[in-house]
Amino acid sequence: MSELFDFTLGLGDDALIAAQRLGEWTSRAPEMEEDIALANIALDQLGAARLLLTYAGELEGAGRDEDALAYLRGDREFRNCLLVELPNGDFGVTMAKLFLLAGYQLPLYTALSGCADERLAAIGAKARKESAYHLDHASLWVKRLGDGTEESHRRMQDAVDQVWPYTHELFTADPAAPVDPATLRADFDAVVSAVLDEATLTRPADGWAPGGGRDGVHTEHLSYLLAEMQVLHRAHPGARW
Amino acid sequence: MYGNDFAPPEDGPGGGLLGEVEAAEAALREAAARARRGGPAPDEDFAAYFTDVIDADQKIEPRDWMPEAYRKTLIRQIAQHAHSEIIGMQPEGNWISRAPSLKRKAILLAKVQDEAGHGLYLYAAAETLGVSRDELVELLIDGRQKYSSIFNYPTLTWADVGAIGWLVDGAAIVNQVPLCRCSYGPYARAMIRVCKEESFHQRQGYEILHTMAHGTPDQKAMAQDAVDRWWYPSLAMFGPPDGDSTHSAQSMAWKIKRFSNDELRQRFVDMCVQQAEILGLTIPDPDLRWNEQRQAHDYTQPDYDELMQVIKGNGPCNRQRMEHRRRAHSDGAWVREAASAYAAKQRNKEKVAA
Amino acid sequence: MSMDHSPLWEVFVRARRGLSHTHVGSLHAPDAELALRNARDLYTRRQEGVSIWVVPASAITASSPDEKDAFFDPAADKVYRHPTFYEVPDGVAHL
Repeated sequence: MSELFDFTLGLGDDALIAAQRLGEWTSRAPEMEEDIALANIALDQLGAARLLLTYAGELEGAGRDEDALAYLRGDREFRNCLLVELPNGDFGVTMAKLFLLAGYQLPLYTALSGCADERLAAIGAKARKESAYHLDHASLWVKRLGDGTEESHRRMQDAVDQVWPYTHELFTADPAAPVDPATLRADFDAVVSAVLDEATLTRPADGWAPGGGRDGVHTEHLSYLLAEMQVLHRAHPGARW
Repeated sequence: MYGNDFAPPEDGPGGGLLGEVEAAEAALREAAARARRGGPAPDEDFAAYFTDVIDADQKIEPRDWMPEAYRKTLIRQIAQHAHSEIIGMQPEGNWISRAPSLKRKAILLAKVQDEAGHGLYLYAAAETLGVSRDELVELLIDGRQKYSSIFNYPTLTWADVGAIGWLVDGAAIVNQVPLCRCSYGPYARAMIRVCKEESFHQRQGYEILHTMAHGTPDQKAMAQDAVDRWWYPSLAMFGPPDGDSTHSAQSMAWKIKRFSNDELRQRFVDMCVQQAEILGLTIPDPDLRWNEQRQAHDYTQPDYDELMQVIKGNGPCNRQRMEHRRRAHSDGAWVREAASAYAAKQRNKEKVAA
Repeated sequence: MSMDHSPLWEVFVRARRGLSHTHVGSLHAPDAELALRNARDLYTRRQEGVSIWVVPASAITASSPDEKDAFFDPAADKVYRHPTFYEVPDGVAHL
């Protein structure tokens, strides 16, 4: 049961931290239409996070609900991958992060929708449609930025290079999990290569592979993100909102 | 169960302001269904034709003849309205990252997203009058067109999100509901859509305040403080008193505006009194009381000198809001250029292939 | 910046199976693919549709049965004059 809890918590934290970062774009997007699109994706991630954290709380059986898990854990207790906590950077970095995250979440949720655990299967079935849209949206921008102007090509390549090392952690083998992340790598590679090719971008060489998120060892960024996210909730213990 | 539904039943078929929006939509269909007179007769004066359409409560549509001043007035008003939606994302957007529960975070994200959507509907309505969105955005960024002054006040605590929903969105809805019957078709239709979507905004704000007012003493104090700070700026949203309002008479004749600033302000005050009672919060006006003779509340006017100062650019957040908007626009330039360059490349490829 | 970088698109939505596409408004996008995505986000946030069309506004030629041709200058067919928000949703709601 604790294995399932850890797995569910990790996915919930991925979605929550991704939503928090995407929400930072509100009123700052390059076009007003894109502001709406980013908010939609943030809302999808937040919705998935709430379902996953609620379920994780039930699996744990210690009475923690989604808010207790989101607001009352320290950074060492978060189980999200490092990719989602990286700062937004420019729009290219944000699209690189979203593209790679969706490239992982889509096969993950798809596999999950067929797993033996009914609750996770239902969440997977809902979230995979959303991930398909996220992947589509991010791919569309990766292509436009990669094959747009000289400046955008340079920025998009830099963004992919910067974020790429953080993808390796996503596929760390975990044979006991409902879906073993290692089995998702082939799908991810196929989608990513095809889009990068079309975007005239170079797939970075594999090398440095930072990790530790699933064990609660994060980048320096997460603690700041949580400080902001949790400040109000923690200032009023027990309050209802 | 919250918000505008507390308004008296004579307000419309569905009850409350939302009922009025529905009534306006029905009137719009009715006007469209009525036997319409055709275009102007060969020897007819176009100005007379225009007046005739307005008098018959029919809608003016983009391809109709219209007085240049009517067009200009509408462009200015719709653009300022659109700018207000876009700038208005900032004060509440300020609390998305710190929303105190995941549910509240989701609601606030969706609400601020709606505001971007409303800005876009309105820019599109303005574009039917022969101005481009790019031009309007430039006018905003250069400071040559205004947005609602209310957004130049800061959101200092979470309760401000509630107060904005209840008071600011409430005032906006009172202002906007009559615009659903505006004589210019695209604006009226945009407003119907906006008002329907906004009904949830006011309710979520009211709910936030209601929860806080019935929560811990700290929460209740925060809620009262927010109402204290937002009350008078919300009253000022209806504009200067009727005697000082420069554009009102002509706009009323053209049926762009249906009620005077003071009429709408009074309506808003009357609406809020009972809502405040249910919240258990105090409206910060010691002279607020029911006037049996007028069948309306007497109340203290907002400080119009302060309003003029804020309009001039001297509110607490004018510079910050404009800087934020300019930065988003300039930071995004390379992305817009890339998308445009990509689209051009694709078009060329298609041409070569053909 | 010119309008060329992000032209105007008219958006049509089929609210439900069995109904025709109806004009719901317009938006800006650099190309058709983005226009379609933007239309989904802007005009169907509340599940208002099952199918979307986007049409470059510049590709629409409008007739004006109500109006005297002589009155309109040749600019009458300019993109910006096409009516937008000409939506009257299916059925008369709430009546």
